[in-house]
Amino acid sequence: MSLSFYFVCITVIFVLLIIFSKESWSGNIALLAVLLNATLSSYIAFNAVLGQPFLEVINGGSIFGDIPIRIDALSGWFILMMNFTVLTGILYGRLYINHYLNKSAGIQMHFISYIINHLSMIGIFCVQNSLAFLYVWEIMSLSSFILVIFEYRKPEALRAGINFLIQSHVCILLLTIGFIWVSSHTNSYDFIAIAQYSASINPAVSFVLFLVFFIGFSIKAGFVPFHTWLPYAHPVAPSHVSGVMSGVLIKLGIFGILRTLLLVNQNYLTIGYFILAVSIISGLYGVILAIIQHDLKKLLAYHSIENIGIIGMGIGLGAIGVGIQSPFLAFAGFAGALLHTLNHSLFKSLLFYGAGNIYQAIHTLNIDSMGGLIKKMPQTAVLFLIAAMAISGLPPFNGFISEFIIYQGFFEGIHLGSITISTVLILSIIALVLIGGLALLCFTKAFGIIFLGQQRKQFDQEISESETSKLLPGYLVVIIILIIGLFPQIFINLLIEPVKLFTGSLIIDFPVLKMTDNLQSVSIVTWSFIVAIAIISIIKKIVVPKDRIISSPTWGCGYVAPNPKMQYTASSYVRTYRKLIAPLLIMNKKEEDIKGVFSSPIHSETHPYDKIEAIFIDLPLRYLNKILAPFRVLQSGYVRHYVLYGVIFIFVILLFSLLNNAWIYLINLLKQI
Amino acid sequence: MRVLGLILIIITSFFFTGIVFRTKSIFSGRKGRSIFQPMNDIWRLMRKGSVYSQTSSFIFRIAPSIYFASVIIAIMLIPFGGQKGIFSFNCDFVFFAYILAVGKFFNIVGALDTGSSFEGMGASREALYSLLAEPAFFILMGSFALLTGYTSFSDIFISIHFGSYISYAIVALAAYILIIIAMVENSRMPVDDPKTHLELTMVHEVMILDNSGFDLGLIFYATNLKFAMYGAILANLFLTPGKEWFLSIPIFVVVQILFAIIVGIIESFIARFRMNHNSQFIFALTSISLIIFLTVLLMVGKFL
Repeated sequence: MSLSFYFVCITVIFVLLIIFSKESWSGNIALLAVLLNATLSSYIAFNAVLGQPFLEVINGGSIFGDIPIRIDALSGWFILMMNFTVLTGILYGRLYINHYLNKSAGIQMHFISYIINHLSMIGIFCVQNSLAFLYVWEIMSLSSFILVIFEYRKPEALRAGINFLIQSHVCILLLTIGFIWVSSHTNSYDFIAIAQYSASINPAVSFVLFLVFFIGFSIKAGFVPFHTWLPYAHPVAPSHVSGVMSGVLIKLGIFGILRTLLLVNQNYLTIGYFILAVSIISGLYGVILAIIQHDLKKLLAYHSIENIGIIGMGIGLGAIGVGIQSPFLAFAGFAGALLHTLNHSLFKSLLFYGAGNIYQAIHTLNIDSMGGLIKKMPQTAVLFLIAAMAISGLPPFNGFISEFIIYQGFFEGIHLGSITISTVLILSIIALVLIGGLALLCFTKAFGIIFLGQQRKQFDQEISESETSKLLPGYLVVIIILIIGLFPQIFINLLIEPVKLFTGSLIIDFPVLKMTDNLQSVSIVTWSFIVAIAIISIIKKIVVPKDRIISSPTWGCGYVAPNPKMQYTASSYVRTYRKLIAPLLIMNKKEEDIKGVFSSPIHSETHPYDKIEAIFIDLPLRYLNKILAPFRVLQSGYVRHYVLYGVIFIFVILLFSLLNNAWIYLINLLKQI
Repeated sequence: MRVLGLILIIITSFFFTGIVFRTKSIFSGRKGRSIFQPMNDIWRLMRKGSVYSQTSSFIFRIAPSIYFASVIIAIMLIPFGGQKGIFSFNCDFVFFAYILAVGKFFNIVGALDTGSSFEGMGASREALYSLLAEPAFFILMGSFALLTGYTSFSDIFISIHFGSYISYAIVALAAYILIIIAMVENSRMPVDDPKTHLELTMVHEVMILDNSGFDLGLIFYATNLKFAMYGAILANLFLTPGKEWFLSIPIFVVVQILFAIIVGIIESFIARFRMNHNSQFIFALTSISLIIFLTVLLMVGKFL
């Protein structure tokens, strides 16, 4: 009996269990199912990462042919990463969902989709038959659609969900085109056929094939300008789903791009430049827009785009390294990208869990109405702070490590190649530095305005810390974040096998040694930093006399009646910045004039809008609407009409194939004449 | 012997701001106080009690310690002539910039913790300005990496050789950039005026309005250390390897004193910019450092 069969069996059994059990149990059953699937797949994946790939072939009948299930080091790395986040996601989600119990919210459906989503993601990482891959991909898209529209009674949730569904299917369309292209030439659905086919064709054609796959996968990954679904889907989904989506789901796109890089044969140098350029734009654009968002989850969604950019920069650097045959560059690039993939899944899910806790405490995600939450929710605040520092790439946390690895590649590569490479790399360095600085601006704003200062708005309900079991998944994530941040050298060894797939014939032993050595030093300095903080705190404790520490109101520079409304808000914090980058933004402002001497209260609103979305999505859609408007008559709303259209369609197809022979006959006749 | 650099920087930090103040007083026709007076003030502050805002949380209390620790660790990465820093590894300057950023992060959230609108204002400016100054430093180090083929502070400074005249141009430009970065990072003229008395126009000073006692002393002393740290980087541009300690230590001290006097002169004769011009001014540094990068490209013959 094949191993894949067990996975499907486990999932089916647990889906049935959820259907036939009480609503309040479904979360725990789903946890069990995820735990089983995750343990089983992690075991295989871990072996694969250490260099023992897994292979089995399922007979898919006459339609699919043989379906090879291959778990190589790359799949293994992604499966391990995904399992952890999906696991913490369900640990968090089963408690998060409790708030919706007995409100006929479709909780069972939600958890069923969650399990199926997990299985389909495992499938995507290991199925290597293009037709079967598309099926699994479709299951993944549909199940995540159901996860997103959990609060389907809210119109914006449904709208965001449909937006997500459509964009997923544009992605599937492009993948289908790519797969059909290959299989029509090779008569095989196996992924190996892609490699063989692309090796046999002109490099330019091969590049186009790469591009088709790249665009398809980058819609899922969220590279600019294909990112527009992310800022809609993340805010409306429940927090654990946002965490899983941002942490894992968009990484399917990264996985796809990496897989394509392995399969489609092309000039690595050109591809490297291309990916680097796209990633720099994504990284910068993502963070530039993240700063001006007032919706916490939307802000985090834009940060996902930024981090996808950083991962892409690593991939681009690695590809350039392979292109110029530099083992160090190749290793730094791919290792940095893979590690950042893991890192991002950790701190981003942690941030979303934090956002979930806040949302359930105050029922809003508008940053400007928060403030002072650190006193009410100290544990959530500390978890959020750690994640915020990690995502800004600050030591001693994990985000710094992966960025540091990529930096090393950039600086090392600057004197290796031609002038083009030096220039491209210095531009990448500028981009990465700016991304880091902007992320710092963004997360000082997020953390400072949400948790610090005084409460800006009064809420009806009592604000309290989330229960400990709901904070537990957060602490689990923090442990891994700290391990990566404080002992990074361990993780280099896990990255050797996955990176070897890309570097191929290049010998990477020396770069591995150099990198391990270097990260060892980083680890030591990081520890010294912590020790230094401890020493200073102890000195402070000894030197400062306890009886002379007083508490008093904040110094108001002479003003004696300050109130919480006078605090700096998120908008005012980034105002100077917003003025600087005004040309890149669309700000929709609604302002009222002050009337009379004793004016009644007036309101002013600002809503940032995505300029790229306005140009690449809204504008074409408007034209499309104009063109398609005359056909609106067909959409009558009567089912019988739609059945009729179906019948007509089938008839036309039949007629076409019947007439096909007649056409050929006619053409032949004409030729003979 | 690796601690030599650290010791020298700490010694310099005792009188650095004193020299700056003395220079300013001399130019304004005053006699001026002793050059150790700023250090005396800090010492007195450290023994005082503290007042904490009722709005603030533990973040506000640990922020100064973390800020100070980050500066100390950053100093430990600076080499001294041919001597490596206490910590030295590839791309240590990346770590240098990021560890300083950790300090800045806590400085900013510490300011936001008080809930004061003035401090929020300062925090917002500090975050923006330091982010704009960062690229120049990285391009500078990238240019050095390209020129020398090495990627760590000590290797770069050892192998920068002043062979041709163009190198002098590069070093002069690099010194200019480092001085301006030091001014921005330490919130001095022309970006910020530490002696201004209007909170609305402050950057760094307004962020620490609520700090007092030991914490305030730490923050002030960290500023002194930071100045000495940038001075040490500057000195490294002139400390060629192979020199004996009795040559390199005087060179180090002379460069530091010169740097302090230059800072004093700049502060005496330049007025603070208008707030909205600051960002342009700081970002212009990036273009100057790009000129260095292009010159280096020319020098290593990549254009051929």
